[in-house]
Amino acid sequence: MKIHTKFFGEIEIKEEHIINFVEGIPGFPEYKKYTIIHDEGLNLSFLQSVEEANLCFITMPPAMILGNYSFDLSDDIVEKLIIEKPEDVTTLAILNIPEDFKKMTANLRAPIVINTKNNKAVQVLLDDDNYSMKHRVFKEDV
Amino acid sequence: MLVLSRKKDEAIVIGHDIEIIITEIGEDKVRVGINAPKHMKVLRKELLDQVKEENLKSAKSKVNLESLARVLKK
Repeated sequence: MKIHTKFFGEIEIKEEHIINFVEGIPGFPEYKKYTIIHDEGLNLSFLQSVEEANLCFITMPPAMILGNYSFDLSDDIVEKLIIEKPEDVTTLAILNIPEDFKKMTANLRAPIVINTKNNKAVQVLLDDDNYSMKHRVFKEDV
Repeated sequence: MLVLSRKKDEAIVIGHDIEIIITEIGEDKVRVGINAPKHMKVLRKELLDQVKEENLKSAKSKVNLESLARVLKK
């Protein structure tokens, strides 16, 4: 099916590429279907709404920002996404990119968790307050 | 909104599965115990509000990808 996107014009996607956010994403509860567009040049993943062309989150794997990033998958998440093994899970952090790109931040406190086996996804709010919602991607002196 | 008064150790039941217990009452805060089924997410409200706000800001970004590419390639 063809969809309109925020950054890449009109693209063709397959049904099996559609990710289902069972509860929507906080702030956008009415939109449940997204697809991931990976830009090789930028090495960023764009989480594009299939239902609203203008809704697109720019994301990157949190491990690229913090090498030792990890968290426990609570029982309610495992149940919600029907996760069978940890290897089935992909994690992405939503980036907040201001006009001054060097000041971009990643939400490490609320990662996007996707079960690649069934394409169910959710934005998880971690209990761990060591991770910030506004983690600077680049060091401050850059 | 339903507003109830509770003393320490008193509880409130919501539906069949949720129980809220006042475990401690301090001068400026209250400790609340919650029993709820595993599939229900229990959160401090301000955390959810912060995530919503951060998501809204992130989605609003009008980023020029070419300019971004130049910065990221450094």
